[in-house]
Amino acid sequence: MSLLKIKNLHATVAGHEILKGIDLTINAGEVHSIMGPNGSGKSTLAQVLSRRATYEVTAGEVLFKGKDLVAMKPEEAACEGVFLAFQYPVEIPGIGNAYFLRSALNAMRKYRGEDEVDAMDFLPMYREKLKLLEMDEKLMSRSVNEGFSGGEKKRNEILQMAVLEPKLAILDETDSGLDIDALRIVAKGVNAMRSPERAMLVVTHYQRLLNYIATDFVHVLVDGRIVRSGGPELALELEEKGYGWIEAEARQTAPASV
Amino acid sequence: MSTNLDTIRSLAERDYKWGFVTDIEDDRIPKGLNEGIVRIISAKKNEPEFMLEWRLKAYRHWASLEQAQAEPTWANVKYAPIDYQNIIYYSAPKQKPGLKSLDELDPEILRTYEKLGIPLAEQKMLAGVAVDAVFDSVSVATTFKAKLSEVGVIFCSFSEAVQKHPDLVKKYLGSVVPHTDNFFAALNAAVFTDGSFVYVPKGVRCPMELSTYFRINAAETGQFERTLIVADEGASVSYLEGCTAPIRDENQLHAAVVELIALDNAQIKYSTVQNWYPGDKNGKGGIYNFVTKRGKCAGANSKISWTQVETGSAITWKYPSCILQGDNSVGEFYSVALTNNYQQADTGTKMIHLGKNTSSTIVSKGISAGHGQNTYRGMVKIMKGATGARNYTQCDSLLIGDQCGAHTFPYIEVKNSTARMEHEASTSKIGEDQLFYLQQRGLKAEDAVSMIVNGFCKQVFRELPMEFAVEAQKLLSVSLEGSVG
Repeated sequence: MSLLKIKNLHATVAGHEILKGIDLTINAGEVHSIMGPNGSGKSTLAQVLSRRATYEVTAGEVLFKGKDLVAMKPEEAACEGVFLAFQYPVEIPGIGNAYFLRSALNAMRKYRGEDEVDAMDFLPMYREKLKLLEMDEKLMSRSVNEGFSGGEKKRNEILQMAVLEPKLAILDETDSGLDIDALRIVAKGVNAMRSPERAMLVVTHYQRLLNYIATDFVHVLVDGRIVRSGGPELALELEEKGYGWIEAEARQTAPASV
Repeated sequence: MSTNLDTIRSLAERDYKWGFVTDIEDDRIPKGLNEGIVRIISAKKNEPEFMLEWRLKAYRHWASLEQAQAEPTWANVKYAPIDYQNIIYYSAPKQKPGLKSLDELDPEILRTYEKLGIPLAEQKMLAGVAVDAVFDSVSVATTFKAKLSEVGVIFCSFSEAVQKHPDLVKKYLGSVVPHTDNFFAALNAAVFTDGSFVYVPKGVRCPMELSTYFRINAAETGQFERTLIVADEGASVSYLEGCTAPIRDENQLHAAVVELIALDNAQIKYSTVQNWYPGDKNGKGGIYNFVTKRGKCAGANSKISWTQVETGSAITWKYPSCILQGDNSVGEFYSVALTNNYQQADTGTKMIHLGKNTSSTIVSKGISAGHGQNTYRGMVKIMKGATGARNYTQCDSLLIGDQCGAHTFPYIEVKNSTARMEHEASTSKIGEDQLFYLQQRGLKAEDAVSMIVNGFCKQVFRELPMEFAVEAQKLLSVSLEGSVG
């Protein structure tokens, strides 16, 4: 059974149809990349899969581990193992990073019927992941993302992913706004997370990230549809030629909008 | 988007857990208020002549205010006129006089306290917290007295103080909040039935937190307690009050007065966790909490700090204030006020700077959910002689949902050009993006709201004694239940 199976997915935001029939199958252990020009629906796909209420699914089906993902609330999808590394991580004033992350971990463990982790057991695991992402421990006693630089926020997302150990990790333009050093550290964190039980969906605008994260499949999204899929070489081709030619091609073959 | 608003709405609608009524025989007097009633109250309490005179003076003043229809109307709250003749002004549980130990206490009362989570028997053994429990109007049990009296701290019911320490009462009663202060203060002065009294002698640091639980039990009674805390030169004390009341359909009036006096180098920390019955989710019933609280930093280098967490009451009208008379004295006000459903709160503080180099800090956090209306009203007054005065005010409002309101009325009056004033204010809404972020990390919508609100209040919670900070956090979560659906 595939981990994620998307069939003819249509979704709207504030009444505008953004996704116009997505078909995509992801198996455990695979890394898929979604590329495409601005406004093609890449981030929308990420938000829909993590069940954000402002994105409405109007048609199609999404099965995650064989379960109807569309019927799930965001926290249910999260507890089932869908993780979204946010493009713009949110600040939560007054709530410490470590406390927040332990609360999240315990909410998921509770959902799965496992015992909660106390602070003493949590700390060593947390420290280890901090080291992996080369993050300052001092940052962790501060409020969630408050006063973090753009790069620190992105690293914090990957740190959370490393602690929460999802089944499907969706990285929404994690590379945007990162300098080359931060990019390398983030990629290291992501690569350390690769496993036969886990799949990743990397949403990115540029091929650059894929120099650091080895991807198995590349899909090109144009105007709410996947117009081309291939191996890592497709990303290189896009880097070289841009999106123009593929957009033009898509316009010719796309069914007339109704 | 609408799903999130619904989520927010339904979170606020959890039930009030403290709404049980205890069946105990009580001793009460007829409804209504006149000179005769005031005399009965004074006689029942076997008060000395000076107390009766003081009450009668207050009553006459109140009656003239009532006649002139001078009940304050400036607060940003709405309620039907109160019929002051339809209230019972004295209700005391019948009991054997002069309890020597908790064993003599009515077991029903003890059970009530257990439901409230303050089992006195256990408290007695728990180190660090002494409880003077006020059940309706009469103080029924005072623990830890012995230990406190070793260091000379007087901690007793107000009635007992009137009998045993009349000189102290006479000297300080009404010295911060005179009976002429306002309508409700006048009413309280005329009919108050009990409360707490604390005197910490020179140079003594009170060895434990002092704590009082007030509870309105009988129907149709008002609770008019009066608290007086005096910290003599170099003394310090930390005092906490917590309040709950049973569910009743009719509104009940709670008009308390608290006076604090800090002499040279003395410190008083006064913390309140107020959870009076807020009314049901349609706004029926609930306590009218019309309270006058004021502290006087009478001596040099003295400090008074108010911390309040207000989650209950249908209407809150309350401005714990500081008069900074002594040079270098310090006043603080930390407040969390939450209004949900149809609750209304008009609360804040006054900082009156008289002495040189006085400083004050105000941190107010207002949270509105449901149809709640939350008003911050504050006054900072720098008088002519207050050279080098400083004030820092931070006033933040958090809105949950789209049917509540937050209002801010800061008044600043400066008569000395050396004053330094800072004022920061913010209004924010729990954003869909914040909620989604927490939900994406596995937290349920209502836990996500609790977490955001607790983070918002952190600056105030860290001023509370540890065990009460935990209680306040839980209370906030319970009070928010149903505000997210």
